[in-house]
Amino acid sequence: MSKTYYDPADLRKFGNITEWNEALGNKFFDYYGKVFEEGALTAREKSLIALAVAHTEQCPYCIDAYTKDGLQRGITKEEMMEAVHVGAAIKSGATLVHGVQMMNKVNKLEM
Amino acid sequence: MATKSLLARNNDLANTTRQLEILSNGIFASGELPTFVSKIKETNQFPLRPKKLEILQINLGYMCNQVCAHCHVDAGPDRKEIMTLETMNQCLKVIQKTGAHTLDLTGGAPEMNPNFRWFVEEAAKVGIKDFIVRSNLTIIRAHKKYHDLPEFFKKYHIHVVSSMPHWTRGKTDKQRGNGVFDQSIKALQMLNEVGYGVKGSELKLDLVYNPSGAFLPGDQMALENDFKKALKNNFDIDFHHLFAITNLPISRFLDYLIASENYEDYMISLVEAYNPAAVANVMCTNTLSVSWEGWLYDCDFNQMLNLKVASSIKHISEYNKELIQDRNIIINQHCYGCTAGAGSSCQGVVA
Repeated sequence: MSKTYYDPADLRKFGNITEWNEALGNKFFDYYGKVFEEGALTAREKSLIALAVAHTEQCPYCIDAYTKDGLQRGITKEEMMEAVHVGAAIKSGATLVHGVQMMNKVNKLEM
Repeated sequence: MATKSLLARNNDLANTTRQLEILSNGIFASGELPTFVSKIKETNQFPLRPKKLEILQINLGYMCNQVCAHCHVDAGPDRKEIMTLETMNQCLKVIQKTGAHTLDLTGGAPEMNPNFRWFVEEAAKVGIKDFIVRSNLTIIRAHKKYHDLPEFFKKYHIHVVSSMPHWTRGKTDKQRGNGVFDQSIKALQMLNEVGYGVKGSELKLDLVYNPSGAFLPGDQMALENDFKKALKNNFDIDFHHLFAITNLPISRFLDYLIASENYEDYMISLVEAYNPAAVANVMCTNTLSVSWEGWLYDCDFNQMLNLKVASSIKHISEYNKELIQDRNIIINQHCYGCTAGAGSSCQGVVA
């Protein structure tokens, strides 16, 4: 057994998930491929969204994959870092907006 | 970044035998990755054979005013290898006999060969109409004796193909040297001024994009659109097409891959992106490469690995169309660079 939970080389084996359930695995990869095609959004914009989400999901495979994908598309490191900040802002905003719930509860419980 | 060639630095990789050892050992010897020969055998494309010769690519010398980090030629100001008049005359003698329609001049900076203009003039006299010059752009700005190159290119309707790794200064200078971006922009503006690259113009100006690191080029069309938008908006520059070229794991780029511990992952990326459809159109099937000394090679990359053609004819002075046509193309693991994704050649994608 490997001694760490994450191995960068496992990313290349992602496709192997179809081996244990071909029908669902193939459906997922078809869907995945379709999502990232040029559409109302450009493939470049989708790559940056994926990079931001990769960070909020804290998926190391996705971060490796979409950093490389961005470089291949000519996306600059400044653009990448801004995308990560968008993800971080939503993450922290999502935490802080719950502060309203806390405030509501305090207001309800306090005399 | 380094300002000397691997050769001047006495780097181990200046030795082509050492490069070939690296490309044959490691993950390829262990069987983790298939060799290029075994890969193209899967689709019955071995041995690789030349088709009709279309492009004669002549390397006028390894001297260059730049020292790009990824250069597969290991070119630079310290390289003194320059094609002599005698070899140029030998080339001129066979140019007509080859049947090739295009003369592709490369280097180093081909313009730095003192007989560069004479050679173009003589080649035009013997009937060459389609010239390509692979210009690094900054040479046009390097010295006043080169300032009129755009006019010279125009006079002979030379198709100018120039490298530009990115539309931003940072990425360009990191690969090609400090100040290269600004000088390249000025050179492109000078070429535009005489009519190069302008929409509808017959004076063709194309850009070459090489990734600035251990990753493959993205979609050529999408990159071309991004380059066009940025260069037009920021600098009012026009050009015709962008050729996305994959960096091959040889010479300085191989040195970089090994030093940055990216070699194995890069080779895996190339093998994973292998596209048999690209094999059918790799440039070695329609191009012949001539070194500054007149030796013949299947391509510019084989030239830099010192893999001369597998033919009884090995030098331009003994050129024989039928004999040279009847040969197997020499391949090795670096060839994966030309068959990855949409393929890669000196003219961009091939599949």
